[in-house]
Amino acid sequence: MAFRAMISSRSIQQSKWVPSAGVARQMSSWFGHVEPAAKDPILGVTEAFLADPSPDKVNVGVGAYRDDNGKPVVLECVREAERRIAGNLIMEYLPMGGSSHMIEESLKLAYGEDSDFIKDKRIAAVQALSGTGACRLFADFQKRFLPDSQIYIPVPTWANHHNIWRDARVPQNTFRYYHPETKGLDFSSLMEDIKNSPNGSFFLLHACAHNPTGVDPSEEQWREISHLFKSKNHFPFFDMAYQGFASGNPERDAKAIRIFLDDGHLIGCAQSFAKNMGLYGQRAGCLSILCDNEMEAVAVKSQLQQIGRPMYSNPPVHGALIVSTILGDPELKKLWLQEVKGMADRIIGMRTALRENLEKLGSPLSWEHITNQIGMFCYSGMSPEQVDRLTNEYHIYMTRNGRISMAGVTTGNVGYLANAIHEVTK
Amino acid sequence: MASLAFSSTSASPVALRGRPNKLATGVAQSGACHVSARGSDRKARLFITRAVAVEKKVSRFEDVAMAPPDPILGVSEAFRACTNESKLNLGVGAYRTEDLQPYVLNVVKKAEKLMLEKGENKEYLPIEGLAAFNKATAELLLGADNHSIQSQRVATVQGLSGTGSLRLAAAFINRYCPDSKVLISSPTWGNHKNIFNDAGVPWSEYRYYDPKTVGLDFEGMIADIKAAPSGSFILLHGCAHNPTGIDPTPEQWTKIADVLEEKGHTPFFDVAYQGFASGSLDEDAFSVRLFVERRFEVFVAQSYSKNLGLYSERIGAINVVCSSSDVANRVKSQLKRLAQPMYSNPPVHGARIVANVVGDPNLFSEWKAEMEEMAGRIKNVRKRLYDNLSQKDKSGKDWSFILRQIGMFSYTGLNTSQSENMTNKWHVYMTKDGRISLAGLSLAKCDYLADAIIDSYHNVH
Repeated sequence: MAFRAMISSRSIQQSKWVPSAGVARQMSSWFGHVEPAAKDPILGVTEAFLADPSPDKVNVGVGAYRDDNGKPVVLECVREAERRIAGNLIMEYLPMGGSSHMIEESLKLAYGEDSDFIKDKRIAAVQALSGTGACRLFADFQKRFLPDSQIYIPVPTWANHHNIWRDARVPQNTFRYYHPETKGLDFSSLMEDIKNSPNGSFFLLHACAHNPTGVDPSEEQWREISHLFKSKNHFPFFDMAYQGFASGNPERDAKAIRIFLDDGHLIGCAQSFAKNMGLYGQRAGCLSILCDNEMEAVAVKSQLQQIGRPMYSNPPVHGALIVSTILGDPELKKLWLQEVKGMADRIIGMRTALRENLEKLGSPLSWEHITNQIGMFCYSGMSPEQVDRLTNEYHIYMTRNGRISMAGVTTGNVGYLANAIHEVTK
Repeated sequence: MASLAFSSTSASPVALRGRPNKLATGVAQSGACHVSARGSDRKARLFITRAVAVEKKVSRFEDVAMAPPDPILGVSEAFRACTNESKLNLGVGAYRTEDLQPYVLNVVKKAEKLMLEKGENKEYLPIEGLAAFNKATAELLLGADNHSIQSQRVATVQGLSGTGSLRLAAAFINRYCPDSKVLISSPTWGNHKNIFNDAGVPWSEYRYYDPKTVGLDFEGMIADIKAAPSGSFILLHGCAHNPTGIDPTPEQWTKIADVLEEKGHTPFFDVAYQGFASGSLDEDAFSVRLFVERRFEVFVAQSYSKNLGLYSERIGAINVVCSSSDVANRVKSQLKRLAQPMYSNPPVHGARIVANVVGDPNLFSEWKAEMEEMAGRIKNVRKRLYDNLSQKDKSGKDWSFILRQIGMFSYTGLNTSQSENMTNKWHVYMTKDGRISLAGLSLAKCDYLADAIIDSYHNVH
């Protein structure tokens, strides 16, 4: 076969491309019109960090936990669970809805060990591809069964939320959330937007440790939100990606959800074990929808499975086995609770240290928000220009919205970080 | 735009139960006056005018109907429920040993042990998956020295096994070739339709299976592919066609390629059984490599569920062989953009297993040997079944089609009633299209199965 020049001479086409018969395939591509996707801003930060030769460099862009030496962590309970399951695993397909054992344990964590909803089998739940997969399943389900519904998403939020509901073709609206002036919650605007939305709207709520701001409503505020939701008959969908990781106590981190449940809401919930069990790459999560009764839960679950089947047939087993092994064994669960508290405590400790350092440096600004906010991220309030200075002058890497990943802060670099922040903000 | 059969097999429209307008039900906890209809029949409710606010919310999803059971996975469930001693599960395509036990490959156990020892972290993979896996999988498929790989024209993204990889490709087609449709074989794996439906890609069928010969309807296949609008995507099974087990010959593959070229179609391969069909990885990649050689742009979805027994790990890949590396880069970036709102990044465990097995020469050789063994067992079982059928069936029917079929499955030629007879009378669990999974058959059971098939074929209509 004669070798032909492979390089396409066609420029990128902007318009929609139409196939035509008899085109000499060797000369051009069917996909010449495909444009390159925009670069992911967060990954770009990591790439730039890796490329930087400076010994002082600090990566506070990463959204994964690091220990005090800046190293990724695999929890002891996870290692032990893996030892137990290695080699014993028959890798047969899980049922479409995933591991029932894992689902059971996930529900207990979110809804409470003794939840009546679990006893009464009113929760439709399936194993999902971590939090993303859970949100996507819900979005697709929403589109299919409530095709006229929309989703209200907080400003700001994790960027992929917008992608998920967009690709599920569910129209999006936003509601106000973050208050730049106080670097806290814009509660009155939040309530106003909830009130002004049409009755029966769907809302995406971060159950705890809001990403990217770290700003959570207080318990009282959650109660008020729940109350307003009731009078508006809104549907609350909780994205809970940090249970246990926020305060160190899983029960406490589920407080918002429990408040809503007590108030009689029928909620939806996406759970992720990426952060709180450090199972990032295993893609272990759960989607649950609280229904009126058992029969409805069975029907809803069957439909969720129908959506999963043409996406991936059935979910991956490894992460699910780790989760169920840990949560199903009292000793391992105890160890996990200790370890997750350890992670949360380290982060809280770093928040305190960063704030204290800044105050000691005599910064004219208030840094209260660093310790008021919770979870992995801190919305520092710095401008993109200030962030650029941090990067260019101090080799500190973070996203340009001023979000600091506290997971990247260590006792070794907190002083340096504080100093740099002080320098660019004073 | 041609109107196409947009089947609603899976994406069933909202199934409403046709109830009167939903009014308040349930018991108000605040003491307001309401009546709830209790009793054993939970469906019976009293509808009353809502005069006061109710505490208990009415579900938004009240009217969601029960989805139909999966035709394939439902077979295993029925099998499990059966108490008859002679029962045989020839439903789902998962490999079993001669003792009819599931099988974890030795190389997989070794790889996992290695991984435990290495103690690697569990950080997120990039959206496109594990680099070592992506490299290994493309090379396995095309050959490391293949021109397309050497010139970096292959966009490879790790996917959630075959299903997930097919879905990414389907979503890409929907977004970038919205005027194109996909042609799928009649019959094909049931989930293909669901995948294209949910991705919003129109599809139609090309003739494939000829019940008269229990073989390939080659003329029909060629005619239907020729008749499709130029620039269609033709879904082809790389080897070991599911559900029939009937593959084109090398000469037929060449002719198929001719027609695709003539019509400007794009080949879209589903490769779920590489190595598992003939026992040879290279031999089973023949069809894909033929098209790549002829400089087609090709989509190829791969799965490691069967050939590495990694079913539940969900490990596979979507490969798009493009005409230039520039196009490949752009295509890859857009595949990533489709994956991110589905699951952010793919699961790491299965990818590491594959990368370790393929990346280590010893493990790789061992794997090839294990695969030959698995494929060999299936071939032996085919032969035994054929022998039994030929000996026992006095009607003179030619059962040799079983020997010509390849891979895990065999289309027996039994119709729905006959298949049902297999189950109801003989406790042989299979899908109603007459497909049996030879992976679930042992030499010891061939005799019994032959009896069942002969009885069903001749005595049931």
